[in-house]
Amino acid sequence: MVTTDGVAEALAAPQDTGQAEAARTRRAPLSEVWRVGRVRMAAEVLQLSRNTGLLIFTFAVPVVMLLLFGSIFRGKIDGTSATYQQVYATGMIGMCVINGALQNLAYTVAAERHSKALKRLRTTPMPAASYFIGKVASVLAATVAQITVMLAVGVAVMGIRLPTSPGRWLTFTWVLVLGATACSLLGIGMSSLIRSENGSAIVWLPIMVLQFISGVFILFSQLPKSVQVIGSLFPVKWLCQGMRSVFLPESFKYAEPARSWEHGRLALVLVAWCVVGLVLCLKTFSWRGRDDG
Amino acid sequence: MTTALRVRGLRKEYGDAKALDGVDLDVATGEIFALLGPNAAGKSTAVEILEGLRDRDGGEVSVLGTDPARADHRWRARVGVVLQETRGFTTLRVGEAVRQFGAYYPAGRDPDEVIAAVGLTKQTRTLTSRLSGGQRRRLDVALGIVGDPELLFLDEPTTGFDPAARRQFWELIRSLRSSGTTVLLTTHYLEEAEALADQVGVLVAGRLVAVGAPDRLGGRDQAEAVVAWEEDGRRRERRTAEPTRFIAELGTLFRGEVPGLSVTRPSLEDIYLGLIGAQDEGGR
Repeated sequence: MVTTDGVAEALAAPQDTGQAEAARTRRAPLSEVWRVGRVRMAAEVLQLSRNTGLLIFTFAVPVVMLLLFGSIFRGKIDGTSATYQQVYATGMIGMCVINGALQNLAYTVAAERHSKALKRLRTTPMPAASYFIGKVASVLAATVAQITVMLAVGVAVMGIRLPTSPGRWLTFTWVLVLGATACSLLGIGMSSLIRSENGSAIVWLPIMVLQFISGVFILFSQLPKSVQVIGSLFPVKWLCQGMRSVFLPESFKYAEPARSWEHGRLALVLVAWCVVGLVLCLKTFSWRGRDDG
Repeated sequence: MTTALRVRGLRKEYGDAKALDGVDLDVATGEIFALLGPNAAGKSTAVEILEGLRDRDGGEVSVLGTDPARADHRWRARVGVVLQETRGFTTLRVGEAVRQFGAYYPAGRDPDEVIAAVGLTKQTRTLTSRLSGGQRRRLDVALGIVGDPELLFLDEPTTGFDPAARRQFWELIRSLRSSGTTVLLTTHYLEEAEALADQVGVLVAGRLVAVGAPDRLGGRDQAEAVVAWEEDGRRRERRTAEPTRFIAELGTLFRGEVPGLSVTRPSLEDIYLGLIGAQDEGGR
């Protein structure tokens, strides 16, 4: 188990891979990490907004998927008052986070490493954690925009119903922020698996598997028990469950494997993944590619 | 004089190949030091170790009083770096990129002033992906100095510059020196080293084979001069350690002006080519 001490330590002294240990580096104070993190946030969101090709594609994917699933599977789910369309809308939110946080982010960070943009940043006093803050913010911004577009189309075309109570939107917010943060940190960690410019297939397969075992495309309660157990180890299952608690009728919780939305456990798992992801990133993050010395 | 940079017995190996084989180096505060050497001599490896980007296999290194392998964010705030090539940030405008980098530093310079110093004021709103090669390089320099560094590393900063841009760039570096910045640069251009550097070091196959002021490197100031003149319609030459006395003798002989008289000392390039010997294949 990772303690909070471990996080503080990792935050303070990010190591280069292969760099001599025992470095008595002074810690960048958290106020400085946050200040530079905000600079990175602004720059990341600005760069994202100018990448129109990627934007159009990422906006189209959840909309098209929702329309596809929504027209293939119709009607109410057995024994509940929830429609398949409504359930798939929550699954597509999970997919938006997976695509943005795991897939795109892993590719982007690997590309920045490959183009030596990361090496260039390494020569500045910017703390690694500030870089992560910027990346998480860009994923959140992109995901919120995608979800907004997808839900708007869903409401207009498929009769998706949005929650009306502020409590549910509050749940939506914290589940999305925690889920996207956990997945983004995981995505940054996964970027190290992409060793060359065209080695991105290595992250595609696990992401595909994760989507199926987390209940993105298939209702989680319909998965075999053993698959449910494996899916529960990862954050995406919990993110989707949280989204079901926002968009589905209260009675639907009895169709969940635990007969409950499990908000407490859900928050705990996502926070734990944020912590594990952050430590993983700080411990394994490399500023330079393998072919660069 | 204080020392900005001190290196003793620096070693680095890639597999069996010795990239750096016991390099000693001292750079005084406020000085411009030029590291010369053919391709693959170890210049970039050495500079990246000093920048804290690469680990070493042996030796002592102190840069601004700190071992770069153990450097923290405060040390990085005092050191400016211009890498050999930079890509990335292509969707940012020049002004945005410089402002962003400046904000990483606790006490950065005014971004507009820095942009003006590198001569990119007209391009402030240009996307960095639309810059020409020379403009891109000047942006790299702007990003390197926007943190107001005490020590600036420049790895082949003027590659791809036209002669006018290069002279402009030299002025910029001189103005940095006059404001007290220490500069360590690597270059392929000997005229650049001669124009800028207080000290020149020649790195060949991982060893520093000569260090000195450009006009004294490798015994250049003591090397024999070549006195040339015309006699009976033919070009004559004499190699001598005492050109003044020889010319006086010539003057007596000719009873006045010596036709076509010239005195040449070996150029930095002659000395350099002599130092790197036959090992230079790819460079100049």
